[in-house]
Amino acid sequence: MRYAMVIDTLKCVGCSDCVVACQTENDVPHGYCRDWITETVNGSYPSVELELKSERCNHCDNAPCVRCCPTGASHIVEGGVVLVTANECIGCGACIESCPYDARYQHPDGYVDKCTFCHHRLEKGQLPACVSVCPTKCMYFGDLDNPNSEVSQLLKNRKYKTLAPEAGTNPHVFYLI
Amino acid sequence: MTTSRRKFIKISALGLGGLATTSSAFKMFGVNSYLDAAVKENIAKKFIRSATYCEVCFWKCAAWAYTDEEGSIKKIIGNEDDTHCNGRLCPRGTGGVGMYSDEDRLKTPLIRTTINGEETYREASWEEALDLIASKFKDIKEMYGPESFALLKHGSPGSHLEHLFKAYGSDTIAEPAYAQCRGPRETGFGLTFGSWVGSPEPTDIRDTKCLVLIGSHIGENMHNSQVQEMSDAIDNGATIITVDPRLSTAASKSKHWLAIKPATDIALLLSWMHVLIEEGLYNKKYVEQYTLGFDQLKQHVKPFTPEWAYGITTIKPDEIRKTARIMAAAAPSVIVHPGRHVVWYGDDSQRERAIAILNGLLGSWGNRGGFYFKESLKVPKFPHPEYPEPKWGWEEIGEKYPFAQMGITSEIVKATLKSEESDYPIKAWMVAGTNLINTLPEREKTIQAINEVEFLVVIDTMPMEITGYADVVLPECTYLERYDGIRSATNRTPSIAVRVPAVKPKYDSKPAWWISKQIGERLGLGDYFNYNDFEEVIEWQLNKLGTSLDEMKKIGVKNFERTSGPLFLEEGQEYEFYTPSGKIEFYSQQLANKGFDPMPVYTRHPEPPQGFYRLNYGRSPMHTFSRTINNPNLSDLKSENTLWVNPKVARILGLKKYQEVWLKNQDGIVSTFSIKVRITERIRWDSVYMYHGFGHNDKKLSRAFGKGVSDTELISQTVIDPIMGGTGLRGNFVSILTENPHKTSEI
Repeated sequence: MRYAMVIDTLKCVGCSDCVVACQTENDVPHGYCRDWITETVNGSYPSVELELKSERCNHCDNAPCVRCCPTGASHIVEGGVVLVTANECIGCGACIESCPYDARYQHPDGYVDKCTFCHHRLEKGQLPACVSVCPTKCMYFGDLDNPNSEVSQLLKNRKYKTLAPEAGTNPHVFYLI
Repeated sequence: MTTSRRKFIKISALGLGGLATTSSAFKMFGVNSYLDAAVKENIAKKFIRSATYCEVCFWKCAAWAYTDEEGSIKKIIGNEDDTHCNGRLCPRGTGGVGMYSDEDRLKTPLIRTTINGEETYREASWEEALDLIASKFKDIKEMYGPESFALLKHGSPGSHLEHLFKAYGSDTIAEPAYAQCRGPRETGFGLTFGSWVGSPEPTDIRDTKCLVLIGSHIGENMHNSQVQEMSDAIDNGATIITVDPRLSTAASKSKHWLAIKPATDIALLLSWMHVLIEEGLYNKKYVEQYTLGFDQLKQHVKPFTPEWAYGITTIKPDEIRKTARIMAAAAPSVIVHPGRHVVWYGDDSQRERAIAILNGLLGSWGNRGGFYFKESLKVPKFPHPEYPEPKWGWEEIGEKYPFAQMGITSEIVKATLKSEESDYPIKAWMVAGTNLINTLPEREKTIQAINEVEFLVVIDTMPMEITGYADVVLPECTYLERYDGIRSATNRTPSIAVRVPAVKPKYDSKPAWWISKQIGERLGLGDYFNYNDFEEVIEWQLNKLGTSLDEMKKIGVKNFERTSGPLFLEEGQEYEFYTPSGKIEFYSQQLANKGFDPMPVYTRHPEPPQGFYRLNYGRSPMHTFSRTINNPNLSDLKSENTLWVNPKVARILGLKKYQEVWLKNQDGIVSTFSIKVRITERIRWDSVYMYHGFGHNDKKLSRAFGKGVSDTELISQTVIDPIMGGTGLRGNFVSILTENPHKTSEI
């Protein structure tokens, strides 16, 4: 089992529904977010290209946040999901600094928080909240170890990229381009 | 929350089934962690779900509101059986919970009063507020006739109040959604096909081969099922052609983005017709069978070559020809989209006519991948006595505009002004669910009318600017706290959806149906409100439709079979359009009879003077009009707008990224607040762009106050569409001020 998220940038309209769905699903306090939208513009008018995409924790295989965590609060569980055990977190912020995706934030209650791939929903056989709500259906989620899963098939058949590959983190959020 | 079997199968198809069935799944996450405890708690949590349909915008997606055991709304999720959302709400729908939780909401009725010589509001009981309103209704009727009391409205509360007004004897009813938004397309398409476009638009986007958008920014406007279908169309390899001076989100998804010079769209449309006809690419069989006036159209568009259009639109002739050929190759599976907010330059009905005619030439109306024949279910009217016949109403007020199909809000404003000496004097307003201050152009005029009106009552959930002008303010509860009329959707298949309160109304707020009934009863119109609770009305209607409130509470949405025939024309099928001729009217005798151009012509519109930029505006996907800016969930996504400026312009003016600037329009109106500059290649050098709805100036909106600039306050020039009275809003120009013009010098 290796969970992965695949996001089709050709369909994403950057509406932020994933952001607000995550906030209501995970009780993320106002002013904070576990996922967000980025916009990249290339070229000059009128030969301009625009890429919109939803970003979050990349649930890396080689996760710098886990390596640098002094208490072991940041850890990887089955399926490759990177989690933070809140009551083991001392809020030192090393993981926030180490993350090349800027995916972590300090929760007002002191611990560090981030995307969990909605693992409480996976538990119930549900998709992450962001994936389930996306109006453009540009987000896919599944098991990369299963060659027939939708995510495996998409990565087999489509051109894709990952973010900050130079960081060597082996991220598991993929962007179709 | 329950996991249905159907959901489980769907997930397992994604390769997650194993996990879902593992009873010891907790173990994989380790048993002792804090998060596992949280997970267990979350799973143990019992949610109650209540059927509703969204009121954050007009798309009205059916949804489930989830409340926890403490009775607070935790989240709102789309109803999977609903064709408006297919189980997926847009950000505004998902964030609709913020409409309920917003602590700035109106909490109690307010009555204007004077304390120590200063006007202010005092809290009042419903009893007192309603008595006062009823006495004003009586006074107006006695002194001027009921027609002089106008209702200006938007959304679900409107229908309840409309019933009250009609029972009272006033048909002086309008909504800015017509003459300040989609009116021209209803008129343009109505004159051509005999049918309104309506909402949702009957566009078969999911099956189209070619989608043409004329300034329509699907994806930034989150018209839910349409955004979803555009995504399907992308998956299916459809060609998207977008005509927009700005690289909109849709333009970025388009194979062909035609970066048109603003205000020249009709020239491009005429030129496309020219190519289709001259090259013999139009749908000949369809045109022969279903249309009227082709020969006149052919003559009419003969001079409009792509070379002619190039000089006007700046779109290269090759590009015009190429895109026309792509449309023709896809036809009839092609949609030249009517758009929605189409009040631009005052010749908007004619532009919409041109779009409609183009669709006619391509044969897309009534064909798969084009426009389908929509169908809705007629909800039986709950019995009430006949309405009295008013002496005049919205039609007479707008009589200058022969093809207006609904009330023109801007004309009601005019009829209110004493200086206009209208034959139809308006003396009182009720405003419900629309913030006229940020909805209508020419703000000064609106405020003058408000000052002259003898009585103004405003019904809203939020302390919008318009409430600050009211004599009485009534706090409406949000859609999550009330019953409302049945949503009967016009779509591929008819469907109904119900809205059931998920929670009790917060504060001392009340639903609009209750307000209408209370006022009605005070006016001796109790017979029109023959129920104790609106629930009874819905129950009665649902029974007539072969279902019940109990059933609808469980399913939220019910879909019905079509009864009006197939979605599309059969090959060669006889079909009569609802036009006077029964044909699609390329040449409009109706327009000619009233002295208008029977076929669209291009007219040149003013261009920005030296040092000025055309003010363009549009939708942010996270907000609806100006009404959601204070919503805590949505303000978190976007709390202020920015001014889009081309890098060339920024260089000339020396503007830096995120620098604060003020705007001054052609009439010397200066923006109340500053706006941050966003330097981007997505916009032309002759225009600036901003999201609509920001720049609130009422401090009671704690999150929205002072955030960004209101485009509306800078729209002081309108060009009125002589055909239907729409107010063209895109002919305003602004200069950019880098020094704060409001700074007062200190000694």
